[in-house]
Amino acid sequence: MTQNKMKYSIALNVKNLHKSFGNKTVHRGVSFELRSGEILGLFGGSGTGKSVILRSIIGLEKPDRGEIIFDDRNIVGLNESQLIQVRTQIGYVFQNGALFDSLSVEENLAYPLKEHTTLNAREIKLRVNQMLDLIDMTGTNALFPNELSGGMQKRAGLARATILDPKIILFDEPTAGLDPVNTKRLLDNIKNLKKSGITGIFVTHDIPSAFEIADRIAILYQGAIYVIDSVENIKQSEDPLVKSFVSDSIH
Amino acid sequence: MSLRSDKARIIQSNPPILAFLRRTGAQVNSFLKFVGGFSSLCLSVFHELFESPFYLKLVIEQLRAIGVQSTLLVCVTALATGSVMALQFGYGLAKFGGTLYIPKIVALSILREMGPVFTSLLVAGRIGSGIASEVGSMKVTQQIDAIRALGTSPIKRIVIPRLLASLIALPILTLLADYIGLFGAMMVSSKELAINSEYFIAKTIESLEILDILTGMAKTVVFAFFISLLACWKGLNTEGGTQGVGNSTTWVVVTSSIFIMIGDYFLTKIFIITVYPH
Repeated sequence: MTQNKMKYSIALNVKNLHKSFGNKTVHRGVSFELRSGEILGLFGGSGTGKSVILRSIIGLEKPDRGEIIFDDRNIVGLNESQLIQVRTQIGYVFQNGALFDSLSVEENLAYPLKEHTTLNAREIKLRVNQMLDLIDMTGTNALFPNELSGGMQKRAGLARATILDPKIILFDEPTAGLDPVNTKRLLDNIKNLKKSGITGIFVTHDIPSAFEIADRIAILYQGAIYVIDSVENIKQSEDPLVKSFVSDSIH
Repeated sequence: MSLRSDKARIIQSNPPILAFLRRTGAQVNSFLKFVGGFSSLCLSVFHELFESPFYLKLVIEQLRAIGVQSTLLVCVTALATGSVMALQFGYGLAKFGGTLYIPKIVALSILREMGPVFTSLLVAGRIGSGIASEVGSMKVTQQIDAIRALGTSPIKRIVIPRLLASLIALPILTLLADYIGLFGAMMVSSKELAINSEYFIAKTIESLEILDILTGMAKTVVFAFFISLLACWKGLNTEGGTQGVGNSTTWVVVTSSIFIMIGDYFLTKIFIITVYPH
């Protein structure tokens, strides 16, 4: 354990998370650590609460019990104004991009910069253009979300979530509903971010994409983390559940 | 103990009673959720209203959407209302030789009741539904979550601008409706009832007090508060995709309209007791 601690630092520690919606219990003690500089792929069947974990981390859901330690403090129980500081350091990439309909692409990307930085208009425009270049959307500044394809909306959502250089990025099924070309393009964007050493959690049903992006994989099963291991070990696992899960998902 | 278990057995063995109790329980539960949720929204609004950052630009945008874009609708309705009232009162009172009282009756009716209530109902229909559908769509497409996830407050960015714009726009629209309504009544009185315009204006000024205008506008401040917050609350709590957005919109229009009608009675009662001259 001490040896491990010397090898890596912990960016986020989720401890014994419990969550129910009415009579339905979603989490029965979810625990895992997210290491600095890694992308953790999070698998699980539909309705197992993968997205709820991400939403809890950023404070959009309140867990019934448990702790989420980030920057040496427990996020669970913080009020909305205390969570603002946390949310500027954790980026959230929504499944459908969740761009603001009434704002152009440029205004969407500039939104976090206007809210949380002291950059002037020229500096904001420069930063937005840099991000648009990075996600292959140069020149789309004036377009509105309804004028973008699904893939472009997701990439713009990715750019907006990362424009403040957050410490952690949460990806909520970013490749869902995308064709292979757009999936590859989005994954390339995430790989570019990965080269810069981002830390993140990648929730998905798209196992091949997760194998391509993630350093480790966690499988959520019956409200808890069933296994968490490196991509190679998960691929070669002899555990019947892991094996069936991975092969079923691929085929 | 046995009596209690007997009652429980009778209820359980009687599906209609059980269904009725379940339905009533669900309705009570939903009402309590509404009261709790709405009160909590009001508290959050008061809490965040005086905290920076302030989004003046968003308030101005909403003033345009709520105020400026409602002007034509309000003017046409007020003109028609004033004209119809003059006609109705004119022919009704003519039988008793009371045509000369038309300016006084119409002016008081418009300023105290018709202006504020009709304008509020129109705004509830146009703006209440607009806010509920816009905010509801933002909710179901995760844009509200995105506002929070990006470290900003939906109360500040969504609710407060719409509330402030409604509080400013509705009294001004009402004032406009009052004047247009009186103008319509004056025109009809002049053309149809042979009441001279100068006489109409003189009698209107003579019979009105500033309190008549102020109490009418005060009513709309209360109505604006509830229309905008009900619409925002329902929008923020929309569930169930596009169908949910439609349901929220209908709910806001119906609830706001009922609230305006019932609220108008109690506000009028309060003003009669405390403000209006006896």
